[in-house]
Amino acid sequence: MIKFRLEERAKSPYWLIILSPFIAILVAIILAGILIVLAGANPFESYYQLIIGAFGSKNSFAETLARATPIILTGLAASIAFRAKFWNIGAEGQLYFGALATTFFGTGLVVLPSILMIPFMFIMGALAGGLLLLPLVLLKLYYKVDEVVTTLLLNFVVVLLVSYLLEGPWKDPMSLGWPQGKSVIDEGVLPQILSKTRLHLGFIISIFFAFSVWFILSKTVIGYRIKSVGLNAAAASHAGVPIFKTVLIVALLSGGMAGMAGVTETAGLKGYLTLDLSPGFGYAGIAVAMLANLNPIGVIFSGVFLASIYVGADAMSRAMNVPTYLADVIVALTVLCILLSLVFVNYKILFFGVKKND
Amino acid sequence: MIEFIEIIFTAGFWAATIRIACPLILATIGEVLCERAGVLNLGIEGIMSIGAMVGWMTVFLGADLYTGILAALIIGGLFGLLHSIFTVYLGASQHVTGIGITMLASSLGFFCFKLILPASTTPPKIKPFQPIDIPFLSELPFLGPAFFQHTSFTYLAILVVIFAFWLMNSTPLGLSIKMAGENPMALEAQGIDVFLVRTIAVVVGSALMAVGGAYLTLSAFDAFYFGMINGRGWIAIALVIFASWKPERALLGALLFAGLDAYQVRAQQLAGAIVPYQFFLMLPFLLSIVAMVIAAKRTRYPKALLIPFRRGERH
Repeated sequence: MIKFRLEERAKSPYWLIILSPFIAILVAIILAGILIVLAGANPFESYYQLIIGAFGSKNSFAETLARATPIILTGLAASIAFRAKFWNIGAEGQLYFGALATTFFGTGLVVLPSILMIPFMFIMGALAGGLLLLPLVLLKLYYKVDEVVTTLLLNFVVVLLVSYLLEGPWKDPMSLGWPQGKSVIDEGVLPQILSKTRLHLGFIISIFFAFSVWFILSKTVIGYRIKSVGLNAAAASHAGVPIFKTVLIVALLSGGMAGMAGVTETAGLKGYLTLDLSPGFGYAGIAVAMLANLNPIGVIFSGVFLASIYVGADAMSRAMNVPTYLADVIVALTVLCILLSLVFVNYKILFFGVKKND
Repeated sequence: MIEFIEIIFTAGFWAATIRIACPLILATIGEVLCERAGVLNLGIEGIMSIGAMVGWMTVFLGADLYTGILAALIIGGLFGLLHSIFTVYLGASQHVTGIGITMLASSLGFFCFKLILPASTTPPKIKPFQPIDIPFLSELPFLGPAFFQHTSFTYLAILVVIFAFWLMNSTPLGLSIKMAGENPMALEAQGIDVFLVRTIAVVVGSALMAVGGAYLTLSAFDAFYFGMINGRGWIAIALVIFASWKPERALLGALLFAGLDAYQVRAQQLAGAIVPYQFFLMLPFLLSIVAMVIAAKRTRYPKALLIPFRRGERH
């Protein structure tokens, strides 16, 4: 049996760090190509259709960027949290909580001129997302209740709450029986930024937040503390980093980002809250963050990449008769390939000896 | 008010409790195996989903029901192997690997389902396991319909649980698994391959999860729906913590939980007009969180949980 050992690299070569996400994507695409063959289609033509579907026209390109908007925000949510090894897998629920806040405040309760109304809704959405995470982070800090499971479980609770509100008290009477919320008032709607497309101001806002998060993480004391808690909480605590406060800030920032993804979808893309507002944007954020190696600027690019897979797969599915779930398979494979590439970047694999009697 | 108490004195309530508990028990025991060996398996939700799909599809394509269970077992084991290559042999993050496995297993299952049945709007049905009357016992009043008129899959699940107890508590392998999760260095010092022990635990545990998923499509229902696992995997993980990683407590926890779930379905019929159904559906998830909070004080994690073992390295 071949024995091997992983040895940590003192310093990973730069070319490997830069190249590794691309290799991971390539491997994921090749593996998914096998599935396309199984589906009886030509993989090259299918991927060509996918690229055309995502970037082939002004409209499709705009659609890709519009789809990237919430994914960038949930990707930032995961990046912040995972840096501190705070496993917030609840971005999906936080997104919907942000969407609930948008519907609560944005459909007539508060009327402000656009220039104030839009920031107000983003603040409320971020607060809602952070607020949803607050009891869970307190449970973790006071009682050591594992946040992975609690955040996952709460996603289901929130979706059921949205379902109740949309079928009951918050149902728009004008919606002809569909369970959907009232429309966001005109002052609150995020304006189009490319005529005759669905691309809206939310995209610019998400990029703004990517740079803000980058600034916080790499240029401020808070960012330094977040990183140190993630690397070694015990050592950080010994060095005087306030763990409690830092984890609390991480949770609020992370939940806030995911909450704002709910704002962009409700006030930007659709104009009202629906039960299918997010086809798993919260979970996609985890993939985006991993692909970007938790780097907030990288999240912009990996977010657009993932969005292009989702948008392009719809077009490919129509043209080639390959199920759209291929997009989810590619995303999942990318996550696993990235993990694999991280192992190779950080460790050397040393094989030693082939023993006969083993 | 008396109706709410009468519920628990109906045989139907107890029969439903067993039915709801079965997939949870299988998944929870599977997760206990993984975690006792030191590996958190967040792939559980996806592995249950693909187990449900593969088990159902095998039968739909003409095989018999037991072959369906076997197919689920194999696919679950394969995803367990993938998980262990990443987390055990390569030491990758158990959290992210698990989420990745869940994403891959469920999306791959949906992809294959759509590939084989492209245009099915109403999910096609199979003839699932039928209830078997156990001679004499099934004729007992109350006890008979409650406990002795279940499908053979149900009895099989109970056998599997007994097997898991025996494996964990009475075999050298069980002891090795527990040591791999508590003190892998000591296990290695005895000349036992920690990687191999952890891999066995994760593969067997994942296979059990997949069979738990298949219970839904082969015994509890007769069709496969997207999203039919609906958080059962995550609930199983909460139950593992609630059970302090002990299989016998996991069994009790799953039964208690299933009982509450069976109760809420019946209470919903009584109170449905007053309380919207969504609040009843929230209960399992909220109860799981409450269970974790209750267990938090006495929680004692396996010491080496989440810590990758590396040969020639000291912790």
